[in-house]
Amino acid sequence: MDWFPLWNSLRIAAISTVIIFFAGVFAAYYIAKLPRLVKGVLDVVLTLPLVLPPTVVGYLLLRVLGPKRMIGAWVLETFGTKLVMTWWSAIFATTVVIFPLMYRTARGAFEAFDETLAYSGQTLGLSNTYIFWRIRMPCCRQGVLAGTVLAFARALGEYGATSMIAGYTPGKTATISTTVYQLWQTNNDALAYRWVAVNIVISAVVLLAVNMLERRDFLRGASRARRAKA
Amino acid sequence: MSLYVDIEKRLGAFRLQSKFEVADETLALLGASGCGKSMTLKCIAGIVTPDRGRIVLNDRVLFDSEKKIDLAPQQRRVGYLFQQYALFPNMSVEQNILCGIREGTRAEKRALLSEKIRLFRLEGLEKRHPAQLSGGQQQRVALARILCSEPQAILLDEPFSALDSYLKWNLELELTELLSGFHGPILWVSHDRGECRRSCQSVCVMEDGRTGEVTPMEQLFRRPATLSAARLAGVRSFLPARPCEGGIALEGWDITLPQPASRERVTVAVPDDAVLLGGAYTAVVQRVIHDLDGDLVLLRPEGAADAPPLQALLPKGSTAEVGQTLRFGLSAGRCLCYDACGEIFSADR
Repeated sequence: MDWFPLWNSLRIAAISTVIIFFAGVFAAYYIAKLPRLVKGVLDVVLTLPLVLPPTVVGYLLLRVLGPKRMIGAWVLETFGTKLVMTWWSAIFATTVVIFPLMYRTARGAFEAFDETLAYSGQTLGLSNTYIFWRIRMPCCRQGVLAGTVLAFARALGEYGATSMIAGYTPGKTATISTTVYQLWQTNNDALAYRWVAVNIVISAVVLLAVNMLERRDFLRGASRARRAKA
Repeated sequence: MSLYVDIEKRLGAFRLQSKFEVADETLALLGASGCGKSMTLKCIAGIVTPDRGRIVLNDRVLFDSEKKIDLAPQQRRVGYLFQQYALFPNMSVEQNILCGIREGTRAEKRALLSEKIRLFRLEGLEKRHPAQLSGGQQQRVALARILCSEPQAILLDEPFSALDSYLKWNLELELTELLSGFHGPILWVSHDRGECRRSCQSVCVMEDGRTGEVTPMEQLFRRPATLSAARLAGVRSFLPARPCEGGIALEGWDITLPQPASRERVTVAVPDDAVLLGGAYTAVVQRVIHDLDGDLVLLRPEGAADAPPLQALLPKGSTAEVGQTLRFGLSAGRCLCYDACGEIFSADR
């Protein structure tokens, strides 16, 4: 069994999750401060990829990144490389598709944050950067973490946009999901079952990890409360 | 050392106009909920930017709309004690206090930290998190943290609004004791006249976003300058009245107060101690309320059930029953007259 699709899927998901972690968190932070009208418009635009069919996202990406299109042609001319049909092309697809997941969960977490904590930090002389990383993020840890893991899991399973922009080249751009599709097309059930099993195991481990993270947090909180009583 | 504030801020239909000056003393900013007290504090701390005006602390301009000066909250050196203390829940007591220490080497910071821990009686609690502390301990941590940041003025935003009254009393004593070591202007926002009277030297009444004059605390209770100040000072009876020959006549009552009045409509505020038992007037007791300070009676003139009621506090030991006719007198000198704008106009006392 060739394990390339697993490795490829993992690196695509990992890289896009790192990108989306920062992009989503900062978008959530700064958009919350904008005037209501601008916020509403940006909110719709940024959440759109979540509800659009992945094929539509893929199509739009091809219209922009294709070798004969605006950005694609420019990159091809300047750097001599195509933006589509390479293994990292899939990162464009997964990044766009999972961005709303991270953005929305982070925004939800930030909205629940008590702003007076930030204000009191400011009056004490703490820098805004310190307040963001040492107070706001730790207080919103649960929501941000959940968003990150969810985004990673979704990136791992992305199929529609990925297959359109990166295609299926065994050993080059194949991911788990495109491999399963290919195996089904060629009636290779035995191997398809194996990849399905691999996929289920990975997803289950990810979800288990989330649950355990939350449990550990919960236990720590509970023991704190017990100590306080004693 | 003083804090000068003169600011304006519009928020939808609400208009804030705050103007006052505090020296090295505790000034109470007294007003009903939503009158702009907290907004004023936020403007001083730099959390909210006023539309217009000037804020000066010890000759340091914190805000000046004309000169386009608007210091960041970090540079203002204004300590702010929030309603719920705003301790950082993810940090221990130690880390919370260290957040307030602005400069110094590691060793200097630790030394200052242990000094404050001792001063604020927080020994043994260093590693605890805010959720594991009582309300009083949280207040001490918050104050220690603020005083570590060496503020030049301190703002207290309804420090006891979230507490039960029996907890409040001890915390109030403790807070005034801990603040006694601070030399600089202190602004104490409150809607509780008792709290203000016990802890502050002067008072500024706020109403609908506007500040009144700064007066000594005693004057608020002796001669409140506006109707709303009278309400905040605890006056319970407000009776409409008209000028007549020989003074002003209370509507619905057969009572004339010998006070000069040039205005058409006036409101007479009758403090509890202006009503004396055994006098020239009679009234029917309509209701008796057993209060902590004694029995409170609601009086109406005989045969006029719709006349505005007069409330009076009976002296300790005396009682009254509903339906009973009571003889009473009014000390004209203690009654306060307000014109239609709510401004006081009787000068004598």
